[in-house]
Amino acid sequence: MTKPMIGILGAGKLGISLGQLARQADYPVGIAASGPAEKIELTVEILVPGAKAYTSEELIQIADIIILAVPLSKYQQIDSLLLQDKLVIDAMNYWWEVDGTDQVFSDKELSSSERVQQYFEKSIVVKAFNHIGYHDLVDHAKQGTKENRKALLIAGDDKKSIDQVEKIVDDFGFIPLNIGQLKNGVILETGRPLFGASLGLEESKEMVKRSLEEIRK
Amino acid sequence: MDVNQLKFGLDTFGDVAVDHSGKQISYEESIRNIAKEGQLAEEVGVDVFALGEHHRKEYSISSPEIILAALASVTERITLGTAVTVLSSDDPIRLYQRFATLNALSNGRSQVMIGRGSFTESFELFGYDLKDYNELFEEKVALFDKLVKGGPVTSNGRFTPHLENMEVYPKMTEKKLDVQVGVGGTPESVVRAARYGYPLMLAIIGGNPIRFKPYIELYKQSAKKFGNPIQPVGMHSHGVIAETDEEAIERAWKYIVPAMNKIGLERGWGPMSREAFENEIENGSFYVGSPETVAKRMAKVIKEMGIERFDLVYGINGQRQEERFQTIELFGKEVIPRVKEILKEGN
Repeated sequence: MTKPMIGILGAGKLGISLGQLARQADYPVGIAASGPAEKIELTVEILVPGAKAYTSEELIQIADIIILAVPLSKYQQIDSLLLQDKLVIDAMNYWWEVDGTDQVFSDKELSSSERVQQYFEKSIVVKAFNHIGYHDLVDHAKQGTKENRKALLIAGDDKKSIDQVEKIVDDFGFIPLNIGQLKNGVILETGRPLFGASLGLEESKEMVKRSLEEIRK
Repeated sequence: MDVNQLKFGLDTFGDVAVDHSGKQISYEESIRNIAKEGQLAEEVGVDVFALGEHHRKEYSISSPEIILAALASVTERITLGTAVTVLSSDDPIRLYQRFATLNALSNGRSQVMIGRGSFTESFELFGYDLKDYNELFEEKVALFDKLVKGGPVTSNGRFTPHLENMEVYPKMTEKKLDVQVGVGGTPESVVRAARYGYPLMLAIIGGNPIRFKPYIELYKQSAKKFGNPIQPVGMHSHGVIAETDEEAIERAWKYIVPAMNKIGLERGWGPMSREAFENEIENGSFYVGSPETVAKRMAKVIKEMGIERFDLVYGINGQRQEERFQTIELFGKEVIPRVKEILKEGN
């Protein structure tokens, strides 16, 4: 079976790192930034060999799966209708230095990924690739034997989409660990104990359990 | 690689040292000590001494050029630089004037490295919006570049004054200012450095440095595309050097890790594990150990990356003054000659 094409929106540190992992796993990869494709052509060609640069409109049309790797304060610049019926992986995080402090991105009512799902109302959003730092993503992928690889945490509401993302995570070189509904993704956000953590499966399960208990209090 | 052309630098953010009880010494004492550290760096054969501009409690350097000016009059050979100067929140005309002055006092030994730096306090402090970072940088670097090239300046920007054929003094008639660009991991910044035709310094503060190798290729290819000469590329990373590995590792655990964790807390990630720390020393971006251990790792990285300059960031989290001096002394007297020796053997 041919692998689905992954379209990464964002050509910064995270977008480039995820592009590298996807190429290593032999996925067709396209990358887009906010401007014209030429602006990032050389960057993509050299840093992610085998991937191609597109405008975001072009990329959204041809890619099977979209990964959001733009600043959290910027995703609303993307036309949500273009993403209709697509699987959208939300890898974004809140950084106050980049996103500012005047907007609410997550609160007790709605986690950041639930807000992303609300905005892309006709797409299916799965949260993944946000909690491991971009250089750990590259350094830790496929590290060691398959059993003691690092765990990568996934949250989402749609079983079929979760399965798809689990396959991608496994191909990229991590053990997929489903933490349940999209709203559970709050435990992976900036400032939470699991944020920035790149851990083995058992330790991750332990921390997920504790973190979920914490938010249900 | 021409080993004799390799440059070795020591960089500090100006972390205020601690006394024997662990208490921070005064800012004044820290600033005077940093000037002494620059002198020592020259004495032990280091090529570049570079100071980072910061506006935070734990650092004493917000005006690096003034310390460098003091050093200009008591040193003869060492390059006096910054790592980095936050151009986006600075005044490019004043910046030019400060460095033109430093260049005169040091007989052409000054160097300015422009970049965003690790922190963002300067934006709020000087009344800029971080959201304008790219525009601020583009506009100011364009003006600064014109000033460095010399001649009357015409410029009309959003954040800088409207200038029509304006002369800015003093002129640099003997030697042009050495301008470098310091970047973290953002590809766009690498391309920008190539577009301006300035040498590139990569700040590599975590993880396997080799993953940055493609960035060097990106820099070179971009320079070619823009029709600019391919300038040297260097890197900087944190380190602690002591007589023995054990001593250095203990010191690094005591100082580097809490400093990283403090930043982590502000930015939202968790504390560094012992495993991650040891990984950074083995294969990552902490150069920690005896002179022999550090020299071996440094030589390996220099060779694999194909870089032409390596700066060690010393004194993170303050440390005791004698510990700061020790890293400088061992770096200059033992590590640098040993790295060159290893690289020559390998050629």
